[in-house]
Amino acid sequence: MHFHFCSKHSIKSAEKSDILKQQLIIIISNRKEVRQLSQHKNIRTASEEIQWTSRTYGAVIVLIAGLCLLCLGAFLSISLGAADIHLRTVWEAIFHYQPTKTSHQIIHDLRLPRTAAAALVGALLAVSGAIMQGMTRNPLAEPSIMGVTSGSAFAVSIAFAFFPGLSAMGLVLWSFAGAGLGASTVMGIGMFSRGGLTPVKLALAGTAVTYFFTGISTAIAIRFDVAQDISFWYAGGVAGVKWSGVQLLLIAGAVGLTLAFFIARSVTVLSLGDDLAKGLGQYTSAVKLVGMLIVVILTGAAVSIAGTIAFIGLIIPHITRFLVGVDYRWIIPCSAVLGAVLLVFADIAARLVNAPFETPVGALTSLIGVPFFFYLARRERRGL
Amino acid sequence: MKTKTNKPLIVMAVTFLLIVVVFFISLNLGVIKIAPLKTLQVFFGQGTARDELVLFEFRLPRIILSLLVGAGISVAGAILQSVSQNELAEPGILGINAGGSLAVVLFIYFFQGSASDLSFFGTFMLPFSALAGAILAAFLIYILAWKKGVTPIRLILVGIGVNAGFNALLLIFQLKMDPHDFMQAAVWISGSIWGANWNMIWAILPWIVILLLFTLYKARYLNIMQLGDQLATGLGTAVEKERRILLLAAVTLAASCVAAAGGIAFLGLIAPHVARRLTGPRHQTLIPVSAFIGSFLFLLADTLARNVLAPSEIPVGLVISVLGAPYFIYLLMKAN
Repeated sequence: MHFHFCSKHSIKSAEKSDILKQQLIIIISNRKEVRQLSQHKNIRTASEEIQWTSRTYGAVIVLIAGLCLLCLGAFLSISLGAADIHLRTVWEAIFHYQPTKTSHQIIHDLRLPRTAAAALVGALLAVSGAIMQGMTRNPLAEPSIMGVTSGSAFAVSIAFAFFPGLSAMGLVLWSFAGAGLGASTVMGIGMFSRGGLTPVKLALAGTAVTYFFTGISTAIAIRFDVAQDISFWYAGGVAGVKWSGVQLLLIAGAVGLTLAFFIARSVTVLSLGDDLAKGLGQYTSAVKLVGMLIVVILTGAAVSIAGTIAFIGLIIPHITRFLVGVDYRWIIPCSAVLGAVLLVFADIAARLVNAPFETPVGALTSLIGVPFFFYLARRERRGL
Repeated sequence: MKTKTNKPLIVMAVTFLLIVVVFFISLNLGVIKIAPLKTLQVFFGQGTARDELVLFEFRLPRIILSLLVGAGISVAGAILQSVSQNELAEPGILGINAGGSLAVVLFIYFFQGSASDLSFFGTFMLPFSALAGAILAAFLIYILAWKKGVTPIRLILVGIGVNAGFNALLLIFQLKMDPHDFMQAAVWISGSIWGANWNMIWAILPWIVILLLFTLYKARYLNIMQLGDQLATGLGTAVEKERRILLLAAVTLAASCVAAAGGIAFLGLIAPHVARRLTGPRHQTLIPVSAFIGSFLFLLADTLARNVLAPSEIPVGLVISVLGAPYFIYLLMKAN
């Protein structure tokens, strides 16, 4: 009623955003109706239903439960391993550190950075996957499937071969460049291909790009005799991470996650479709650009520290979306927490499966992720 | 009409000449260079003992294996593409190679102890173990992609997943090996003519020759099947039965190639495509032309792999990947 007296131009921005919200709610609820209608036609299982509303309580519960699990995982991760350390010692080592005790030293120099790195890498990859899926509306989008990780590993192998003795920071920069190269290659293929980037095309383009980059980097590795340094990057793991690595992850994570929170709202709108987002007045290309930047920062940092760890960026956002709804302001933090939980526990498993030897954690996450990938591939409806 | 019927023959003749050229170049090049004239001398039994050793024990077996594997993979790819009516189907991307690789690595790891001293019997068992793994992979792909029928898209997506899963398992087993075997397995999985000796040739030659002839015999079914299931049924083909037989032939071909050369990706995609461009979709000509082109490409790639970064040798599979991936992407961009 209020609107009738205002001309279009004089609507204040607060009201404008209210209108946008209303439109969004209408669109969302329309979609819900459509889905409900379509449910009458073909019977679907309950697990396949996607909630189009966001669930704040659910999100808060997920966050709290996730953080509790993360704490538990962290303590387990610190105490379990080649030398089992009692939980009380863990507590003492963290809060009353005595440099003279061996167990305290192990905890301080090996276990703590390893655990922190696992949590951070998991969080970074999960958020990276969530943003990719939201932006591209593609349920199969994920750093390792999309060739981002292999691009990053490619750059790292070049750095190893031609610039030996590069500092950790330099390596990370190379890794960023490679991640950007991989992402833009796959995106470019999508842009120039007929019919756009469908999930299948994305997966295939990612596979081809991965073959290409892996081919070149393996050839470089064999030629320059750095195969062993690089094979670590392909196996993926957080076993040897030092505090400097954790610092790098923290910085990249802080930058990337902050940016991610800023564009979270826009990603939510974008995840409804490009046309819709444009119709609601969004600069979609700007949002996509920032989104890609975030993906490159997060993935580049994660790969430079822990190598290729696949499928976390695929599984976690799907689970999160199932738990907390479609609002990326909740999906992003919840994905971060759940990703951290998954990788911390996967890392514990990597130590215990074949003790005293380490199983590459990247291979473990693949084995967890593949069945999930099958589930997504078999699903008829491929929207988000 | 006359030009059309002659074209496949011309293409085959040209490809054959190319193969002969690369064959001689490949014989000459290597760590020990042997001049073309000397090569001929060796073939007429008048070369030095050293040249004879290099040519007959190292280079010739490797070249023959390259030709066989190239032909086998290409025909496997051609069958898969026609049967699934999907121009992107290929044993490497579908994960069939990965299944075969895993089985071979496990076989070597558990029964042979080490890859370097493979027994005579072990060599002949390799194709069988590769076959077991490849059939398992193909079966998994078929089952997982089955949901009231198999759509080409689901087939490929599931194939990518199966590929990732088998590769993760491979990695886990690889890391349990000692460093030497680890490197060997790594090179082999990337695709490499590794056990280039006469035993290996005798071990895979029958498989590839018999299956190539069999595929030629089945060519008319392939012609009909690429028209689509409905039309093929209408023309009186037992579609599902023929499809399974031909799939089995393709998987077996791919498996025997995996046993000899590891996981080679993209060749099974490129060779049939080029062949189809040159001679059209009739399988009576498509199959032999694919085989010729595949042999030529593989031999060329292997020669490059041996010599580009000499003295280090890069796995031939990597060369093919780096050259083949862009072509695959080009096809992908064109496809709807």
